[in-house]
Amino acid sequence: MALLEVKNLGISFGGLKAVENLNMKIEKGALVGLIGPNGAGKTTAFNLLTGVYLPTSGSILLEGKNIVGKKPAEICQAGIARTFQNIRLFSKMTVIDNVKVALHNHFKYGLVSSLIHTPGYFKKEQEIQERAEEILKIFELESYQDTLASNLPYGKQRKLEIARALATDPKLLLLDEPAAGMNPNETAELMETIELIREKFGITILLIEHDMKLVAGICEYIYVLNFGTELANGTPQEVLNDPQVVKAYLGE
Amino acid sequence: MKINKKLIINGVIAIAVYAAVMGLVGAGALSRQMMSLITPICVYVMLAVSLSLVVGFLGELSLGHAAFMSIGAYAGGLFLIGTEEVLPTVVSIPLAVILGGACAAVLGVIIGIPVLRLKGDYLAIVTLGFGEIVKSVFNAMTGITGGAKGLSGIPLVTTYRNFTFVFILMLLVIIVVAHMVNSRHGRAVCAVRDNYIAAEAVGIPVSKYKILAFVVAAFLAGMAGVVYAGNLGILKPVNFDYNTSIEILVMVVLGGMGSIRGSIIAAVILTALPEVLRGAADYRMFIYALALIIMMLFNNSAFKKNLIDKKNLRHAEKLQKEA
Amino acid sequence: MDLINAILEQILNGLRTGSIYALIALGYTMVYGIAKMINFAHGDIIMVGAYALYVFVGVLKINPVLAAILTIAVCALLGITIEKVAYKPLRNAQPLAVLITAIGMSYLLQNVALLIFKATPIPFGSIIKVPSVKIGALNISGLTIVTLVVTTISMILLTLFINKTKMGRAMRAVSEDKGAAELMGINVNQTISMTFAIGSALAAVAGILYISQYESLLPTLGALPGIKAFVAAVLGGIGSIPGAMLGGIILGIIESMSKAYISTQLADAIVFGVLVIVLLVRPSGLLGKMKIEKV
Repeated sequence: MALLEVKNLGISFGGLKAVENLNMKIEKGALVGLIGPNGAGKTTAFNLLTGVYLPTSGSILLEGKNIVGKKPAEICQAGIARTFQNIRLFSKMTVIDNVKVALHNHFKYGLVSSLIHTPGYFKKEQEIQERAEEILKIFELESYQDTLASNLPYGKQRKLEIARALATDPKLLLLDEPAAGMNPNETAELMETIELIREKFGITILLIEHDMKLVAGICEYIYVLNFGTELANGTPQEVLNDPQVVKAYLGE
Repeated sequence: MKINKKLIINGVIAIAVYAAVMGLVGAGALSRQMMSLITPICVYVMLAVSLSLVVGFLGELSLGHAAFMSIGAYAGGLFLIGTEEVLPTVVSIPLAVILGGACAAVLGVIIGIPVLRLKGDYLAIVTLGFGEIVKSVFNAMTGITGGAKGLSGIPLVTTYRNFTFVFILMLLVIIVVAHMVNSRHGRAVCAVRDNYIAAEAVGIPVSKYKILAFVVAAFLAGMAGVVYAGNLGILKPVNFDYNTSIEILVMVVLGGMGSIRGSIIAAVILTALPEVLRGAADYRMFIYALALIIMMLFNNSAFKKNLIDKKNLRHAEKLQKEA
Repeated sequence: MDLINAILEQILNGLRTGSIYALIALGYTMVYGIAKMINFAHGDIIMVGAYALYVFVGVLKINPVLAAILTIAVCALLGITIEKVAYKPLRNAQPLAVLITAIGMSYLLQNVALLIFKATPIPFGSIIKVPSVKIGALNISGLTIVTLVVTTISMILLTLFINKTKMGRAMRAVSEDKGAAELMGINVNQTISMTFAIGSALAAVAGILYISQYESLLPTLGALPGIKAFVAAVLGGIGSIPGAMLGGIILGIIESMSKAYISTQLADAIVFGVLVIVLLVRPSGLLGKMKIEKV
């Protein structure tokens, strides 16, 4: 069974079909790219997958279970985590607290424990602290622990967002233009990080990207969207040589 | 280890404040006016700290905090009147406080519902509206609350003579809020404030935490209301209009949003200020208003920014020297 | 027939108070649209207007029409000054800081009035002396007629100003996007000043009409109509000019109906109850624009 199976997914906003008839099949452990020109509906597809928008048609099966109609928080708990195109960090919280928020559903204690700080509270908080530090270390952010997220340099903010998504312990990680606004050095570093995530966590990744070098370099399979519909899919080699894809990107 | 040091400092401050007040009252060093201020200061500290949970940590503007206080005050007040001859005060006061808090928490749930749909200024006006509705209802329920003439005859059980109890209750409110902020629940609330879309995306049930912050704040404000009732002995709906809510809000904002200590200090100063300015009689509210504007302007002035920049620079230089 | 007459009378009463609320609500909504702030001191401009009129007519014995014009000028000037002194330095500060400053300004105006005119109410007869009109069994007071005529004219003038003049276009542009407007060469400071001037002038008109109805001066007289008008602005959709007009009138009619047929004490509760319900159904008010955050 595929980890994620999207069937005939579609959404329209007042007559405008932003995504139509989208079909995807992502196997466990795969690294898949989702590309397409601006306005093709890539981010909308992410928003459908994470429950931000309710699809007008189709189904999304995560490990065979339909997750359509679930709230974003429930979908996250079911195992899909994401980052955002325009970075969305908890900007007035520290770097480590950003990660701790994402550990919310993994280290639980009750409201009473938190109001009067029972021994259980201290035990769990210790675990949360350790886990958060562990995650920050992977992303080489441990020295920034107590910095406010908004004070991080841009590249590190993107990294923190990925770290935060990983902290929710997802089965599928959606990255929305992780290299946007990065210089070549930062992009190279990011590619390493993504490889590292796969090795260390064995997580399945679906990423939206404009940087063709990045996509061709790391993705094993690519879906191409144009005008809300699927234009092509296949290995990077197949897709990038597809005349239709070339036409969509470069014009005739 | 850092946390423990902070804990000890706070504990020492609390004991010192308690000892100082008890000593001054015992020695008869305080004027009647000063003594009559003791409980109100504690009440406003409780109110400001509880509101900071909503305004500072949840990041939603509430202009109806006095409504929660009033529900607590009336519920607790009626309970105290009804049980005056049945229960000893040792039992009746804590029960009244819990009852007042619980009633306010129920209202917190009701007000919480629009909180889920509305944001910013719209939410602010709705909370203000709820406050005025509650006030009007108390005004209209003449049979139970005495209407505009007021509910009188509440046993005076939380005046400065009962300072120990009032002080403990105040500490309890502060500790509960401080603890909540430093927990997974508090982090979830702050995450909702900073970016609710991201909060949802990392699995935080946003609605639940918005309501939670409102209900906890309401409960604590209800408790404060009971103390207020037991100090004054008489309650009038007018005491709980939007001006009171605004007073509490001003304390939270002046104290620095999201700073519990700041809220406490602001509550103490702003509650005492009008009394301290009593000598200036007619001018005291004028001075209060002027001070408010000047403080807000100063807080956002280039002058203050320069001061902070210089301080940061000195700090950075120091670090460099050490390294 | 009697019942219908009675109801019509209440509707007229509601229209009268409602149109005063609408005038004040316009100020809230215009300032909100342009400066993105709730000008809590706006209600107190009404109070200043009422006292100014009293000084001009009652103390200095100036001709009422001239006095009304002077009153409007005083309030417009006051509005500009308040913005320059208290709000402009906070333009980039967090919204709460601006709100608290506005609250401080409201207290300040009230207390200055208290220091000058003291707390005892000053009786001040209406300057509007127009005979009442009888239509069938319905008696319409002169004040109602003047109020309705004045507000209608003010609203038409405002709408024309916003939609047909260069300054009005600048105001719409600034409220849409301050930064872009500035890049297009619009003088943002001047536009904001103008907005405060117009809003305050409308509040002055409302103050004159309001004091002609209540005939008693108090330093806090602006607070209640101020809050009601604020509710009206939110009800109509804050930032929307037609919304403020609609909201004000609806609010006035609901208030006068509930006072007459339900309960005087609960009238305020009903007004706020309607607001809560409307906002639950339409979170940005009747005519407000829905804002959807893009993910």
